[in-house]
Amino acid sequence: MMNRILPHPGLSALLVVVWVVMVNDLTFGALFLGLVVGLGVPKFTDAYWPARPRISFAPAIAYVGLVLWDIILANFVVAAIILFKPERDLRPAWLAIPLELDTPEAITVFAGTISLTPGTVSTDVSACGRFLLVHALHAPDPAAEIARVKARYEARLKRIFP
Amino acid sequence: MSNGFSLGEILASVLIVLGASFALIGSWGLVRLPSLMERLHGPTKASTLGLGAMLVGSIIYFQLVKGEWTTHELLVSLFLFVTAPITANMIAKVHLHRLRLGARPGPAGPPASAGADSDWATYTAPRAGTPGCFDED
Repeated sequence: MMNRILPHPGLSALLVVVWVVMVNDLTFGALFLGLVVGLGVPKFTDAYWPARPRISFAPAIAYVGLVLWDIILANFVVAAIILFKPERDLRPAWLAIPLELDTPEAITVFAGTISLTPGTVSTDVSACGRFLLVHALHAPDPAAEIARVKARYEARLKRIFP
Repeated sequence: MSNGFSLGEILASVLIVLGASFALIGSWGLVRLPSLMERLHGPTKASTLGLGAMLVGSIIYFQLVKGEWTTHELLVSLFLFVTAPITANMIAKVHLHRLRLGARPGPAGPPASAGADSDWATYTAPRAGTPGCFDED
């Protein structure tokens, strides 16, 4: 019963918050319209999104903090490479990262994290769903880079999406 | 402050200049890096912090100087973080297609292989049973 009215409680909460932030005004009217959107959108898109990932929230919040910090560091690293590293010293490389994550949500978050952080852009996933193709701006040692990304992000994501 | 500037104004201007510098460095990366995949790194990253710093500057300016509380900047950065990887991914996938059609690869060479018995999903359809595949069988 509860599942039929609220198929995705997390998405509903997110939509209400985004609506109120967008209106920039915490009034009854804004909250009411936000609730209409927050209840309506998940209800009507439910057919396209049948399964709901299980998420543990405490490690997820710690993960957001870690990624924000890494984005700030990444910008300085990439800026230094752009400004000071001559082209002949640059070692761009393709990395095929073997995946241990096995849900689409977890793989999507992993790929997004890789795109936002130090000198790496995720490009593609393999047809068997077990490898992620990543382009690194400067990776003199591709194996070490793969191990670093897996230890720093994938290990944490495995705890968030158990 | 001694010569008539408030703390909020100084903080906001520092953040805006910092953000503008990062945006400039990102654009310079677009000009000087050797090929498409390397060029993708400059704008996707150097500009996230650039825009982030400018948005924080904007929040501080409206809060401390104008005395209004604004939240729109938070939404801008949220949507930026959600959409930037997708843009980069789309450009990279087009690059993979062009490589297959005979475009010259950059200094990183052709893409690494996806294991012995598989290929990248840009080239072949995902198999049944892979994560996110909705085929019923």
